[in-house]
Amino acid sequence: MPITYTSGEQVEVYRFSIPATIGIPLLALFLQAFLPRRFPFFAYFDLPLLVTIFFGMARRNPISGLLTGAVIGLMQDSLGGLPLGLYGIAKTVVGYGASSLGVKLDVENAGARLLVTLGFYLVHAAVYFTVARGLVSLTLNWSWSRGIIAGLANAFLGVILFFFLDKLKQRT
Amino acid sequence: MESVLGRYRNLIILMGVLFLQVLGLAVQVKRGGGEIENTRLIRVWAVDVVTPVERGVVWVQSGIHSLWHNYFYLRGVRAENRELKEQIERMRIEQVRLSEDAAQARRLQTLLAFKEQFISKTVAAQVIGSSGSDLSRIIYIDKGGDAGLKRDMAVITADGIVGKVMLVYPSVSQVLLINDQTSGVGVILEKSRLQGVLRGTPAGEVTLERVMSDEEVPVGETVLTSGGDQIFPKGLPVGTVGKVSNGKDLFLNIRIKPGADLSKLEEVLVLVEKQDRQAVAEENVRVRASDILAQRLPSVPDKPPADANVAVPGAPGATKPPSATNAGTKPVGAQRPQVAKDQSSTSTERVPGATPPVAGSGPNTNQKLPSSIPVKPATNPKPSVLQAKPVDDPALKPAPPNSAPPPSQPQQPTPPASENNPQ
Repeated sequence: MPITYTSGEQVEVYRFSIPATIGIPLLALFLQAFLPRRFPFFAYFDLPLLVTIFFGMARRNPISGLLTGAVIGLMQDSLGGLPLGLYGIAKTVVGYGASSLGVKLDVENAGARLLVTLGFYLVHAAVYFTVARGLVSLTLNWSWSRGIIAGLANAFLGVILFFFLDKLKQRT
Repeated sequence: MESVLGRYRNLIILMGVLFLQVLGLAVQVKRGGGEIENTRLIRVWAVDVVTPVERGVVWVQSGIHSLWHNYFYLRGVRAENRELKEQIERMRIEQVRLSEDAAQARRLQTLLAFKEQFISKTVAAQVIGSSGSDLSRIIYIDKGGDAGLKRDMAVITADGIVGKVMLVYPSVSQVLLINDQTSGVGVILEKSRLQGVLRGTPAGEVTLERVMSDEEVPVGETVLTSGGDQIFPKGLPVGTVGKVSNGKDLFLNIRIKPGADLSKLEEVLVLVEKQDRQAVAEENVRVRASDILAQRLPSVPDKPPADANVAVPGAPGATKPPSATNAGTKPVGAQRPQVAKDQSSTSTERVPGATPPVAGSGPNTNQKLPSSIPVKPATNPKPSVLQAKPVDDPALKPAPPNSAPPPSQPQQPTPPASENNPQ
């Protein structure tokens, strides 16, 4: 019997092999750190966020979702120069929200995924903005236009990415 | 009670995880304003996981690039080589002029006992990654403590400064770019000599702060490091002024266009050793500092040659007969232009008719300014670019032929400046 990682509590819950569970977030972190140097426009995307949303919605377990988000977020913080916890808090909230939403809604079709990813991108940006300004006193300016454009870009990329990541799902 | 805990278990765990992270964040902020050394261990793990892959990818990428460009794609190399050789020739000529200026700067620095900072050792490094976030302008380079890198070392390119080393791991270092909002660099404007602080913005732009709004800052002016931050040596290129507008309070809002393309960095240099040493002039011949300064300052047009041979009383370098000067000495009317244009000509003569207006020329000014500094000898055989240019300005031309030359000057007409070129 293969070792798997899943909540196993809800119906239509998916699980992932350990290599996929560890490798996909690491690959997302690596690409996020590597690609913007070669392609500056890639800084608009947030691959670790998309991976957090995907795992949260697929597992449909709020605890595993928030833990996944926390670990990915803290790893992302570690690569930056700001205090640890900014991305960690934001992605914890998103992981919890995505898995909770996955329990209640059908998030398997492309349209729902587009809207959900756009929504969570804005939630992520809002939490990050609040924590960065409130706790760390960073000078940030909120921009709706940038948020929506980047959110849509991430949503479209998310739809494509989720399609490929679906291949790694294993039914419980 | 158990039912309540069971019912809200997910929410309680969420609150617990968030609370722990907020607490950790608060501790980091409290300890050192976000000082990243406090969380070094966690960062080392993350960097150790991600950077080996980045190094591998960069290694393969540069290998393929090198193979293609060095062995296969050699089209146009000969033409490029020819152009580069021509460029070297042009730069050699330019270097002669610049070395004269540099020598004079060193003499003046010696005079004032200035200390200079020299870049004595650099380490070349390759950019292998970034923070992945546009809110934290960080790059990773493939050299670390093993290569002698330390925290707060300056990172530069030939085009301009890049940032400073923030964290050093054995084989990798983290560099904070100058467009990060937490960075600050002391800079100075090249011509107006206004000083300010270079800071990044959340949008990744670079601005110059602390310049009063009543100052004039022209767009396009070059920005250099001032050396005040103790990280970047003085005089490194930073960029140019891109946009100037009135900001808040009494300060200007100046946007700087960095010289180095911070979004497309591939190779950088890390300044691992700087030396503080006093400038040493090259020659031992001494002249008055005022003479050096007089060469640089603009002068009034030459007076008629009738009274041109009247020396400045008391000036130690007063006009001498032609026999006392070197072969390059010209009639008085031509002397000033030649001095103004040609730094290689003699400095030991006091030029009548030329302006000797600097504070150091009087006998009582020696208290403020030392009386002599070493300069190059008058018979400098180096060719000068400026020497070769004919002088068109009437004020700079020799005396008219019908005016009587001074008795102590040669009788033949003055040759044009270009004829005095040793070449």
